[in-house]
Amino acid sequence: MAATLKDATAIVGIGQTAFARHLPQSEKELACRAILAALADAGIDPGEVDAFSSYTMEETDEVEVAKAIGAGDVTFFSKIGYGGGGSCATVGHLAAAVATGQATVGVAWRSRKRGSGPRPWKNTAVQLPTPGQWTRPFGLLRPADEIGMLARRYMHEYGATRDHLFNVAMACRNRANENPTAMMYERPLTREMYMTSRMISDPLCLFDNCLETDGALACVIVSAERARDCRHKPVYVHSAAQGLPSQHHGMVNYWNDDPLSGPAWTAARHLWKQADFGPQDVDVAQIYDAFTPLIPLSLEGYGFCGRGEGAAFTEGGALELGGRLPINTGGGGLSEAYVHGFNLINEGVKQLRGVSTAQVPDATTCLVTAGEGVPTSAILLRS
Amino acid sequence: MTTAPEAAAPADGLLLPVPDEDGAPFWEYAARGELRVQACTDCGRLRFPPRPCCPHCRSFDSEWRRMSGRGRIWSYVRPHPPLLPAYAAQAPYNVILVELADAPHIRLAGNLVTSADAPLDSVDPARLRIGARVHVVFTELGGMSVPRWLLEKS
Ligand SMILES: [Zn+2]
Repeated sequence: MAATLKDATAIVGIGQTAFARHLPQSEKELACRAILAALADAGIDPGEVDAFSSYTMEETDEVEVAKAIGAGDVTFFSKIGYGGGGSCATVGHLAAAVATGQATVGVAWRSRKRGSGPRPWKNTAVQLPTPGQWTRPFGLLRPADEIGMLARRYMHEYGATRDHLFNVAMACRNRANENPTAMMYERPLTREMYMTSRMISDPLCLFDNCLETDGALACVIVSAERARDCRHKPVYVHSAAQGLPSQHHGMVNYWNDDPLSGPAWTAARHLWKQADFGPQDVDVAQIYDAFTPLIPLSLEGYGFCGRGEGAAFTEGGALELGGRLPINTGGGGLSEAYVHGFNLINEGVKQLRGVSTAQVPDATTCLVTAGEGVPTSAILLRS
Repeated sequence: MTTAPEAAAPADGLLLPVPDEDGAPFWEYAARGELRVQACTDCGRLRFPPRPCCPHCRSFDSEWRRMSGRGRIWSYVRPHPPLLPAYAAQAPYNVILVELADAPHIRLAGNLVTSADAPLDSVDPARLRIGARVHVVFTELGGMSVPRWLLEKS
């Protein structure tokens, strides 16, 4: 039995539905379609699935999914908390389960009707007393408001500007313009559009915010040994980590010594400690982008630059194809689809298979991150 | 708090604080016009949000220490629609984070207003500035007393 997760498992199948503002199917149906597509991609019969992992703010559960797709007896299932912070942890949990013999074929998935479904922040009945009592009455209602607060402080402390945030939005949009399945495929962005767009929570404008999407994705994880017999080149799970920093408060991380170093820093320390390579060896990254300021913060947290240098890192086309670190090559949550970051996982797999619509030549290593600003997770993939 | 949060929703529709067991004393002191923060009785450290146990010395004994009510703006946002209707009606308004003079690592969310009962958009946005000195006042909202912040006269 493996004492480490390093390269012990691989992602061997990926699947997705269409992405749109509105899809007629239910979340459950979308989930089943994405999962079956991922299993077909892997060449594995659904009856062999014995592990599931998902993350919260997901309506479909493993009971419904397992019986619909005709899974076998399931011996491992987990659901990770904190919405988008849990995306990569699904892969980490399944890798751990498969590597330790708890299961043999794991499926992680995300199905979401965000475009046509309700927005979580509109729910006043479920006003969580902690920490909502300290923020919501004052009109800090939406994730954009909560992150906007950290973004303003970040801009103030480090001289970051809206142009830096635009660099992020632009890189994602450029990649989406190359990806026919992206929601923003035929919708180019210009600096003028960005600078004159309406504010959502000043300093964040419309284009600093992710899309609202209906859609589903899934991936399949098996042991490295079995992966060699699957249809596609295995994409190994090299390292996986979760991060809940000491004295962290979630999205409203306002009550500790250093609100601008978030869960990414914690996850990153563990991720790199287990890895055979470092940030300088990452060919391409898929960085959770519910909001543009999460990119400079994550670039710092995951060690691509020093503290306070994340905004400057985005200059000179660094995030574009051919730049220092191409990111979100399918368009990300800002421009491909916002499905709580699962599209970033599948895009990472596409890059290492060499089949991305914005392929980084000879990419062999990819960092994928989950939502920064909440208890998070990340994985390193290698081919 | 004795009133049910939904029943106590004020006429203007702003959300009321829904205190939990740990947070209730904050709002009870606020009702007396006092800004107090939980402190460990044993090691003396302040902590926010309130919680059952001191993260430094693990003591379960705590008291509520009165703050001067002065602080500085650490950051702010100006939310624009789409918002809940009562907030949309005042948008764009400001939400500020105030680092307390007595405990800079504690940053209370609130609103900068021209007087305790003034609307959330009453301050000229040009006057919003990180580092600006502010002090607390309290306003009545649906039977509760909630903090608001005024700029110090410079
Ligand atoms: Zn103590």
